[in-house]
Amino acid sequence: MRDEQAFLEYVQGGGQVETTDWMPDDYRAKLVKFIEMHGNSELMGVLPEREWILRAPTLQRKLALTAKVQDEVGHAQLIYRVAEDLGKPREQCLADLVDGKAKFHNVFHYPTKTWGDVGVIAWLVDAAAIISQKALLKCSYAPYARIMKKICWEESFHILHGRDVILAMVTGTPEQFELVQEALNRWWGPLMQFHGNPIPKEDDPMYVWRIKSQGNEEARQQFLEGYVPQIWELGLTVPDPNLRRGDDGVWQYTEPDWAELKHVVTGHGPRTEDRLSFRRRFLDQERWVRDTVLAA
Amino acid sequence: MIWEVFRQERKGQPFEHAGSVVAPDAEFAEAWAREQYGRRGESIGLWLVPRDAIHDVEDWADEFDLKYRRVDGYSIKARLKEARERAAAARAG
Repeated sequence: MRDEQAFLEYVQGGGQVETTDWMPDDYRAKLVKFIEMHGNSELMGVLPEREWILRAPTLQRKLALTAKVQDEVGHAQLIYRVAEDLGKPREQCLADLVDGKAKFHNVFHYPTKTWGDVGVIAWLVDAAAIISQKALLKCSYAPYARIMKKICWEESFHILHGRDVILAMVTGTPEQFELVQEALNRWWGPLMQFHGNPIPKEDDPMYVWRIKSQGNEEARQQFLEGYVPQIWELGLTVPDPNLRRGDDGVWQYTEPDWAELKHVVTGHGPRTEDRLSFRRRFLDQERWVRDTVLAA
Repeated sequence: MIWEVFRQERKGQPFEHAGSVVAPDAEFAEAWAREQYGRRGESIGLWLVPRDAIHDVEDWADEFDLKYRRVDGYSIKARLKEARERAAAARAG
């Protein structure tokens, strides 16, 4: 099969592709872009949480947070390996990341002010992420779909850990409850932007090639349907007066700030520069490890 | 060097392709694969195979039309219908 139209019909019919199969250049380019951004997000996503390892309230929390950071760096390794097989070496992905040429998810550009933020990230940011990742289990590129099994499996543990952190705080002192509410207020905007603008999925090249198996708005609706009731039942308030579930089961909400999303993911988030310079420093400092291992 | 990783979840189940690791030798590949695919007891066995050692077969031309070896080579529906009708007609006599 070396015909772009036939390939398109094949993947749209649920067909999957292996590394050694022929694929159109545009498909390969879109895959690399998508997978690279995912890898970058895993790698950058540990930084907001890493900042709290030393400040975790108990030893148990410190260990759990360390394990989660370790898992996510592991996910980045798996994902970059897939990108590498498609023709973009890991070193190049890392170089483009620290040079600000490649993107990572909006939520990892923001500060982690309190332990409440750590809980909200681990519970709700991971919940939003797992909705996207579960949809990748059906990705038309099979090697990516396969590693997603392990990734989703570990993410479920992360969500539970996050929920446990949140539950401990909402059943604690009024100050602890307030820390969660404040963190939720800070994160709601970025969370609603997370799945992207609601373009029809037929116009989304990532869906057309069946790299993603669902549209942006579908993913957001799934997030709202699954998690808003869980937020409400804890007595927390979602900071959107227009948020409600319509009689048709569709969630209505205030239009997310798409300008903010664009501004942040193009490298202008409140913590973008700090976190990239952190990565840059470590990439440089630990070059000898990579050189030694790969030269052995 | 690229190593393909196959993992077995439980005794008796097939080894399934899980992903790959880059490592200079088998010992390093093992350490790496254990970390990536066995940290929480999700595997009871791993096979690590150098990618270059895999002989890939994916050309399945059927130029001799070997359908008679498979179930999809036999379409009995129409004949069965006819046979039943004949038998019914014979019985009716």
